[in-house]
Amino acid sequence: MARNGVVRSPEVVTSPGAAAHVLAFGWRALLKIKHMPEQLSDMVVTPVMFTVLFTYLFGGALAGSPQAYLQYLLPGILAQTVLFTTVYTAYTLNTDLSRGIYDRFRSMPIWKPAPLAGALVGDLVRFTVSSIVVVAIGLVLGYRPQAGLPGMVAAVVLLDVFALGIGWIFVVVALVVRAPGTVATLSWLVMMPLTFASNVYVDPATMPAWLQAFVAINPVSHLVTALRGLLGGGASAPAIGWALLAPAGITAIFAPVALRLYDRRQ
Amino acid sequence: MERDATPAIEAIGLSKSYGSNRAVDGIDLVVRRGEVYGLLGPNGAGKTTLVRLLSTLVPPDGGTARVLGHDLLREPGEVRRRIAITGQFASVDEDLSGRENLVFLARLLGLGRRAARERADELLDAFGLADAAGRQVKEYSGGMRRRLDIAASLIRTPELLFLDEPTTGLDPRSRNQVWEIVRALAAGGTTILLTTQYLEEADQLADRIAVIDRGRVIAEGTSGQLKASVGSCVLHVRLDDPAQRAEAVAILGAALGGEVRGAGDPRAIAITLSSSAHGAASLAALAQAGIGLREFSLGGPSLDEVFFTLTGHGTEPPTAEEAPVRDGARSA
Repeated sequence: MARNGVVRSPEVVTSPGAAAHVLAFGWRALLKIKHMPEQLSDMVVTPVMFTVLFTYLFGGALAGSPQAYLQYLLPGILAQTVLFTTVYTAYTLNTDLSRGIYDRFRSMPIWKPAPLAGALVGDLVRFTVSSIVVVAIGLVLGYRPQAGLPGMVAAVVLLDVFALGIGWIFVVVALVVRAPGTVATLSWLVMMPLTFASNVYVDPATMPAWLQAFVAINPVSHLVTALRGLLGGGASAPAIGWALLAPAGITAIFAPVALRLYDRRQ
Repeated sequence: MERDATPAIEAIGLSKSYGSNRAVDGIDLVVRRGEVYGLLGPNGAGKTTLVRLLSTLVPPDGGTARVLGHDLLREPGEVRRRIAITGQFASVDEDLSGRENLVFLARLLGLGRRAARERADELLDAFGLADAAGRQVKEYSGGMRRRLDIAASLIRTPELLFLDEPTTGLDPRSRNQVWEIVRALAAGGTTILLTTQYLEEADQLADRIAVIDRGRVIAEGTSGQLKASVGSCVLHVRLDDPAQRAEAVAILGAALGGEVRGAGDPRAIAITLSSSAHGAASLAALAQAGIGLREFSLGGPSLDEVFFTLTGHGTEPPTAEEAPVRDGARSA
């Protein structure tokens, strides 16, 4: 035990820098996905189910045919899927924070926000996997994006940026709430109105005025409009602008709060 | 290694409260460089909170401390560059494998990709974890976890290592392994602050011991000094018939003149002796009076006896409000 010269003379640690710390935490997040592949299967099964169900359930009634509805629905379901994935951020981070290893992190000479930033790297992987799955199942069902591959890539990138911004809300939720179960409930409470009270599933024209008013200011609506533009050709600059401004604003407000909460968490 | 003249830890009036619970209540402490210092006390005495204060995890409400010559509040970064902590609750990642844990932490500490892998394998090897290196830590036994946890604190050898109850819950074999590691580290020049509930552990490992009770240091010294303050030895007897207890206490008190006490067990009596020679005579006196014994033993004082002597109360389980030091910490 502890032989073979493994015990060395004490040394003072020189920090490798913030970037190296974030990379290390990002690598840890990827390792966790590797060890919990059931999370990934969740990310494949759920979007496939939603896409297929909604297309054939509502397609005929809402748009005359499932094929026609799919053209409208797919960008929306893409946004919904990735946004639902952000709930994982809260859940995983909350579970993680309650473990003793965060004591080790806080007693080490590392860049303070690195654990949170590294968690977002793991999210990025989850977001990208989910979006690729949704686009793929859409293509199989007959979805035809007019803008082709560049449009799809642009849509996935925009979604990643949007979801990363929204993710900070859930980082705050994870830091404030103690029990992982409560985290999930609270996250869905935020997520449900954001995704359903939008233009994800139907044209808001038939909604009552008060709901239309909410749909019009809901950042998810702008995101979905921007995605429809990017995928279908004829991208709308104002919608893309809003879809970028919303996560930037959320990050500006919630990231400092998250860092403060993390710092004060004892 | 060079020995700095400043102490490893120098705390003055350190305090921390959680609500109305004064977890650490004005502790003064000096730990010299290179020594193994034991914090001895029951659950809820404030040991863990003290370790969390000194390792920069929580800020104190009052008092000051310098750790390895750096002020805890003004230069926490400098302190963190020189310390490592193995907490009471596993401070490794259960979802990752043993090797991944060590490589990840080594990368955080600035080792290159290759150096990190080499150091991880070296540590896994030395701590008898090479065979389990690729398995997730959640599948490890308690002893394996603890060894990995300590290995994680040694990726870069710290000047000061905090070990919070390193052997609580371990089987005797794992406990001995941890003790060996602590001795090897101390021999290498690392200062170690260890908390424990076991007098025997402090006795085995620590150069000096502070006894902690209700957030205060109530005694300090070498284990020899602490034991001497309690009495050189203690006679324990267990009676056949609890009804004879009063009579037995009277006989022992008369024969030995020491302080007689009983624990919660109605058959048990413990009495402090000034010399072990008196023990045999008192047993003969009990036999003459027709008091049958199930067991008797003559030995050094237990933590409970040290406590009783120092505080007038035993190491009773802490009350609900002081027990979950960690939960209290979280809600603060």
